[in-house]
Amino acid sequence: MSELTLTVMRLGFLAVLWLFVIVAVQVIRSDLFGTRVTQRGSRRDAGRPQQAARQAAPPQQRQQSAGGRQRRGAPTKLVVSEGTLTGTTVALQGQTITLGRAHDSTIVLDDDYASSRHARIYPDRDGQWIVEDLGSTNGTYLDRTRLTTPTPIPLGAPIRIGKTVIELRK
Amino acid sequence: MSTNTSTHHTSTIGAIGAPSRRNTELALLVFAVVIPVFAYANVGLAINDEVPTGLMGYGLGLGLLAGVGHLVVRKFAPYADPLMLPLATLLNGLGLVAIWRLDQSELLQSIKQAGTAAPRQLMYTAMGIALFIVVLIFLKDHRVLQRYTYISMVGALFLLLLPLVPGLGQNIYGARIWISVAGFSIQPGEFAKIVLAIFFAGYLMVKRDALALASRRFIGLYLPRGRDLGPILVVWAMSILILVFETDLGTSLLFFGMFVIMLYVATERTSWIVFGLLMSVVGAVGVASFEPHIQQRVDAWLDPMREYTLSRQGVAGHSEQAMQALWAFGSGGTLGTGWGQGHSELIRFAANSDFILATFGEELGLAGVMALLLLYALIVERGVRTALAARDPFGKLLAIGLSGAFALQVFVVAGGVMGLIPLTGMTMPFLAYGGSSVIANWALIGILLRISDTARRPAPAPAPNPDAEMTQVVRP
Repeated sequence: MSELTLTVMRLGFLAVLWLFVIVAVQVIRSDLFGTRVTQRGSRRDAGRPQQAARQAAPPQQRQQSAGGRQRRGAPTKLVVSEGTLTGTTVALQGQTITLGRAHDSTIVLDDDYASSRHARIYPDRDGQWIVEDLGSTNGTYLDRTRLTTPTPIPLGAPIRIGKTVIELRK
Repeated sequence: MSTNTSTHHTSTIGAIGAPSRRNTELALLVFAVVIPVFAYANVGLAINDEVPTGLMGYGLGLGLLAGVGHLVVRKFAPYADPLMLPLATLLNGLGLVAIWRLDQSELLQSIKQAGTAAPRQLMYTAMGIALFIVVLIFLKDHRVLQRYTYISMVGALFLLLLPLVPGLGQNIYGARIWISVAGFSIQPGEFAKIVLAIFFAGYLMVKRDALALASRRFIGLYLPRGRDLGPILVVWAMSILILVFETDLGTSLLFFGMFVIMLYVATERTSWIVFGLLMSVVGAVGVASFEPHIQQRVDAWLDPMREYTLSRQGVAGHSEQAMQALWAFGSGGTLGTGWGQGHSELIRFAANSDFILATFGEELGLAGVMALLLLYALIVERGVRTALAARDPFGKLLAIGLSGAFALQVFVVAGGVMGLIPLTGMTMPFLAYGGSSVIANWALIGILLRISDTARRPAPAPAPNPDAEMTQVVRP
């Protein structure tokens, strides 16, 4: 076997080996899964993360529009307007949203006045969003009244839990 | 998918489900089989001037094994990580080529160090993949292993102590880490690695709060309470005993290191790492001061040239391996001599097992060794990623423990061969000749794939809330 052929094979093999490594790293790049973290930036680029979130969840949205559960004028997102989590939004997609200090809550409140399972927000059969206090110690307030029964949430009405205020928006 | 959206202080976190990625795995797997076939043809052309006759056999054999592995993953773990199987297949295939290449050496044949190793290694690979398949089929959920926490402890101790049983254990070249059953030499330590990871994961999952929270703060370090030091002391004592009675630095370092890694991950306390490093240094130095075998290894590490000269002069108990390995790396240079054109057979003893990295260093050069180390790093990275994605603490700890042990083993062997740390009798996972190592590491990959399948599987749709149906809302 000529020297030249062997040199070509030697360099060719190294090239192929590195090509495999590079392809593997490319697969990792395209293999993002698990959790998507969206930095809350200034208001100007606030639209971008939402767009990303929408792209991440096409099946549910399609399912929803097909089911026709979303009525006109229904809220589409839940926004935290006061407290340590100010600015956080959660898209309303027909799922139950739990609030509390428990780490498996949808919105984890870091607040001494919140109970571990404080309240939950869910749509009833008509698609009307309901807030229910889950027997919390310090209570959940809709506007100024302390909740005793599951209550429908009007658009933009502040729900207060400890130092956190959330509201539903279109 | 994004139904379990949760929040954080500065960011919004939403879950993304991963697609199954099985076709990516298949494509990579084909690539991972083609590379060793290329290398195999290259070795034949360089040594014998012809394409080796066994090319079809090895290529088909490796391809078949990888294909069966892939089909089983497709059926039983459809959401598992797409990279681990191709990476392991590639390393295993390259190992087979290097072993076959050393089989061709007349020097190694004459001292009975090689000759028929490659077919045997292919058989071990088949057994390894068989165990991999068994793990994927029968281990439907890794959390089942949690039930066997304390049985695992007993099992691991049993496996570790087996080589000390008179008549069963074999003292091969100074280290007592083999047992001999029906003509086969088995290294139980390789299997103990996995079993011990199961025990540590189960144990730390239960105890981590006590270990993490009950502590005093002292100069920026959390000092654990005296009684919480118990487990780390027990594991430390055990690894010291292994060091003393089996005179194997590698196994000892592997187990203690794995425990410290898992302890750190479970408790998030840096102080455990500080303690672990201190204890392993104290233990290693202490034992080295009175154990002649370990002492000799340290001397050979500090001055390999003296060891080489003594061996050349015919002084018993010395070996020129370490120096020859360094020369192999040196003569390889940046791009290597090319497959089949080095002289790594001069390492003689264990050239195709513990020292196989030197063959790669000489024939593929720095560029090739770097690529190999990156392949290992990618396997470890996928393991850690699996741990991050796993939803249950046991799975997290197990994945971290297994990938940590894998990484430590690569470090201990590569470091030993390259002269970074004293040499230990361990094998490079997948590359080196040795049945126990190949089989145990395939099982390890199987467990990691099972955890990653569970972790990446899209969460089932949340069960409809029964209360929401029952509650009658009174509208004003």
